[in-house]
Amino acid sequence: MNPVLAAGSAVSARTLTITLFVIFVIITLGITVWASRQTRSATDFYAGGRSFSGFQNGMAIGGDYMSAASFLGIAGIIALAGYDGFLYSIGFLVAWLVALLLIAELMRNSGKYTMADVLAFRMRQAPVRTAASISTVVVSIFYLLAQMVGAGSLVALLLGIKEGQTFLGMSPETAKVATIILVGALMIVYVVIGGMKGTTYVQIVKAFMLMLGAILMTLLVLVAYKFNLSSLLGDAAAKSGKGAAFLEPGLKYGKDVAGNPTATLVSKLDLISLGLALVLGTAGLPHVLIRFYTVPNAKAARHSVVWAIGIIGVFYLMTLALGFGAAALVGSKAIAGQDPGGNTAAPQLAQALGIKYLGGGTGGAILLAVIAAVAFATILAVVAGLTLASSSSLSHDIYANVVKRGQASERQEVVVARAAAFVIGAIAILLAVFARGLNVAFLVAVAFAIAASANLPAILFSLFWRNFNTRGAVWGIYGGLAASVLVVLLSPICWGGASSSLPAAKLTAAQAQKCGVPATSRQVNNPTALFSCTTAAPIPFQNPGLISIPIGFVVAALGAATSKERNPEKYAELEVRSLTGAGAH
Amino acid sequence: MRPPYRARNRLFYPQVVVTAMAVDASAPSAAPDPSAYLEVQQSPEFAGLRKALRRFAFPMTAAFLVWYALYVILSGYARGFMNTKLFGNVNVALVFGLLQFLTTFLIAWRYVAYADRNLDPVATRLRERLESGTASAAPRQRDAADTASGTREAAEGAAMLAEEGDVR
Repeated sequence: MNPVLAAGSAVSARTLTITLFVIFVIITLGITVWASRQTRSATDFYAGGRSFSGFQNGMAIGGDYMSAASFLGIAGIIALAGYDGFLYSIGFLVAWLVALLLIAELMRNSGKYTMADVLAFRMRQAPVRTAASISTVVVSIFYLLAQMVGAGSLVALLLGIKEGQTFLGMSPETAKVATIILVGALMIVYVVIGGMKGTTYVQIVKAFMLMLGAILMTLLVLVAYKFNLSSLLGDAAAKSGKGAAFLEPGLKYGKDVAGNPTATLVSKLDLISLGLALVLGTAGLPHVLIRFYTVPNAKAARHSVVWAIGIIGVFYLMTLALGFGAAALVGSKAIAGQDPGGNTAAPQLAQALGIKYLGGGTGGAILLAVIAAVAFATILAVVAGLTLASSSSLSHDIYANVVKRGQASERQEVVVARAAAFVIGAIAILLAVFARGLNVAFLVAVAFAIAASANLPAILFSLFWRNFNTRGAVWGIYGGLAASVLVVLLSPICWGGASSSLPAAKLTAAQAQKCGVPATSRQVNNPTALFSCTTAAPIPFQNPGLISIPIGFVVAALGAATSKERNPEKYAELEVRSLTGAGAH
Repeated sequence: MRPPYRARNRLFYPQVVVTAMAVDASAPSAAPDPSAYLEVQQSPEFAGLRKALRRFAFPMTAAFLVWYALYVILSGYARGFMNTKLFGNVNVALVFGLLQFLTTFLIAWRYVAYADRNLDPVATRLRERLESGTASAAPRQRDAADTASGTREAAEGAAMLAEEGDVR
């Protein structure tokens, strides 16, 4: 099917990928078992004993944050849609300034284990912690699903298993399910046994691997073009088949639809909506926020975010070389032939570079195997972080502070957290197996939108607004959460019909058949819609942020303004503690 | 260097010890008195710290959000400008994107320098004062009793107070 992958010795690459991946798993499991011996108290389990340095935590933040969606996804979007993929890189990086300037240190000083510790600091515990925990679990599960379904789809591609072939006696479909279960089982093991310590080391190892892999490939791409960026871009544009437009914004987002001003406006607003969710979502992601608790003090939290900005920034810069390099050296056609979403652009580029610089087919197979193993390590580290965030919240917020009203012992809390990790992991595996055929890549953007709409307003108001209170926090979280989910449920993601603002798409034969319309039909806008291909979406945006983020802020403010609850003493304590670190855990 | 009561380090005790050792190994460590927080919050020094943080963080946040929004909006609406070639195949859009990286790095670097110089010393001073109990003009009875019965008990009492504050 794919000339590039078929050209290399696919079978030996496969063996090598699996060997490297097994080595990664053995090393990380070893670290996990070692970490479990160091994990005695609840602080060890939830926050890694707060013993990590700023640099270590910065690496771990990178490992937690740079998901398969950023590594494979962004490189793929750039390889297929050119410049527009760069928007993700920029949004994902700039977002860290919100965390650095407004949240990381204050959160580190005033919280203990979870996001809700800060939100509920001066509020009534049960309602705020329940809301925060629900939002944490929803964001994490959405994100988890996207990663795990992604892992399932990737395995066949990365191992080169094609339709009709078998691998260890498994059809591609069985291999997909097996991968989802394997990834799920490993993440449960990391979290249940290693807690935050184990998970952190897995993320650090992964960040090193990912950076080394990306640096190697970037260097090879640059060598191929004699460090001349302009000729790399020129070649990428030429091989993409789209010419100069490939290097300009507008191929994928904010499209100009000729003769249809409504559709043009919708597309541009959707671009702004995506940009908004990217930049405001990061600082509300629970699995990112709890990483600030793993360092001893606010200064270390600050330094870890700066390290993270450095590592993540360098990585996202390299996505340019990877994406444009893949377009130039592999060709957009070969990439789209392998995976229409472009997710295999980076591995295909690795193979092409290996063939070119590391001694032919064997070199290609080796570099492909290395990058494929890095991709799996990437997924594992991220899903472990997500599982830890949701199980911590279920145990510390719901069990210890709502059910037991703060009377649970440390031991009980850790036992419950481990059990919760098991349950969350099992649910994620089940959902991912059922959703494996769906296009769930949009869930990452939705998770960012929920984090920006539900969590960020409540966190910012909690930290900076004297009159914020229980009702404000609860309304803000539920309001932002409901708004984001509702907008998605009414969007073209779910309803694929064409309308005046949603132009009809060209359909492939397979898509037309799946939608039950003739291939010439002008009824379909999004053939991969979840509910229907022909019913038009009531809300034409793919990205809910532009609607749901303002709703989250307004509803949180309204809730606070309409409630008389004020607690000046606790606000004084929160403000003084968050700024000075007095009494910090 | 690790305090021997490791199992309890979920409480803020070890940090109290570390702070106390840094200042004066024999200083008695106690929980900040809840009423002391209000007092500190009203103090001019704390107002200065709050102002110093907000003076940097708020305008800078506004600035980078506007700068980023400008980039996104230009990407959507000013295609002609963004597509202008600067040299070779490098256009304004690419340079604009790279500038977003540059400003992000610069802001992060400036903030660390600013915080290390202008925020940390004041924060440390206020924290030490709170944790040594001198912030409060009239230390409460319970704290005094705790201190009398030894450092370890004091820290435990203090930790329990902090816990109560958390789960209230």
